[in-house]
Amino acid sequence: MNTINKSSVQSALDSFLNREVYLHLETTNGAYAVHTQQSNMSVGAYIRNGRISFGRGVITGDGPYRVGLKLELGWVYAEGLTDFEITPEGQLLLAGHDQEGRLAVALELSLSPFKL
Amino acid sequence: MEQHVLVVFPHPDDETFGCGGTIAQFAKSGVPVTYICATMGQMGRNMGKPFFATRESLPNVREAELAEACQAIGIQQVINLGLRDKTVEFEDPELLTDRIEQILREIRPSLVLTHYPGYAVHPDHNALGEVTIRAISRLSVQDRPVVYAHAFSHDSLDVLGPPDIVNDITALSDLKLAAIRAHKSQSQGILARIAKGQFAEQSFESSFSHLLESESFWTYNFS
Repeated sequence: MNTINKSSVQSALDSFLNREVYLHLETTNGAYAVHTQQSNMSVGAYIRNGRISFGRGVITGDGPYRVGLKLELGWVYAEGLTDFEITPEGQLLLAGHDQEGRLAVALELSLSPFKL
Repeated sequence: MEQHVLVVFPHPDDETFGCGGTIAQFAKSGVPVTYICATMGQMGRNMGKPFFATRESLPNVREAELAEACQAIGIQQVINLGLRDKTVEFEDPELLTDRIEQILREIRPSLVLTHYPGYAVHPDHNALGEVTIRAISRLSVQDRPVVYAHAFSHDSLDVLGPPDIVNDITALSDLKLAAIRAHKSQSQGILARIAKGQFAEQSFESSFSHLLESESFWTYNFS
C-alpha cells in the first residue's frame, strides 16, 4: 500500500459509481485491547461482501482521510484512512494504520466478491 | 513417551507463542506433531512493521509464515479447517465438533494441545477449545488423549490454580524464537518494541523473556 493520493482514490471511487459493488468495511482496536490494558473495551466490527451501489462517493480531509459513499437509502462512512492500493484485480483497498503499522480501519470496494 | 501430538488452535502463530517450545521438544524427540489450524488469521490487525500486508493479502502471507514456523519447530502436518477469523464462536458447534472428532479418530493422538475454554482471552480461542474438549469427551475413556490446556486470561491462576505442567524450554528457545520471527507480520511490531524497550509496563518485556524459558499448561480434567 502507499500513502493516500487523494486524486487517485477519487478516480477509483468514481469508477465504482452506480454499479453493484462488494464492500469490506471494518474497524477494530484489537481483540487483546482489554487483556493488554490498552482499553476497557475491545471494540470491532466488520462487514465482508456487503453488496451496495452508490451514486456519490467522496474522499475528504488532509490526512488521515475520510470517505463517504451515498447510497440510495443510506451511507457508508469511514475515517482515519491513511493508505491505499489498487490491486491487479481492480479492487480499491483503503486502510488506516496507527503509528505501529496496525490496521485500525479499512474500507474496500470490489466488482467481484472478496475471498472468504 | 507420546505417540502423536495433535495441536488445535484457531490462528497461525497461536502454536508458536503459546507452545512452540513444547512442540519443538516433542518433534525433536521424534514424536509426530499435527496442527489443526482453524483459520488463516484473516482479520489480524498486525500487518508487519513497517506494514507490508494488506487485509486482502494477509491470509496468504500468514499461510506462508505458518509453513516456515512449522518447519522451525517441527510440525509435520497442518490441517486448515478453512474457517474465517473471528467467526469460530458463531459456527454450529455440533458441526465443528464432528469435524474435530473425525480427525481425532483418524490420527488417534496420545496428547492434544488446545486452549482452555473460558480462559484463553480471544473468543476464537475459547470457542475452538470448547469444541475440541467436546469432541474428545465423545471418545471412550480409554481412547481419550491427555489434554494440555493453554490458559492466559488474567483470572486463570486464581480460578484454575497453578498449572500442573510447567515445561522448561530454555534449550529450545532458539527454535521458538525462529518460529516467532517466521510469523513476521505478527511479530515484527512486538520485537521492535522490545528492542527499543518501548513498553510502558516493565512486565511485558519480562513476560516476553519468560515466553522463551517456560510454557505452562493445565491438564484438562474430564470427570
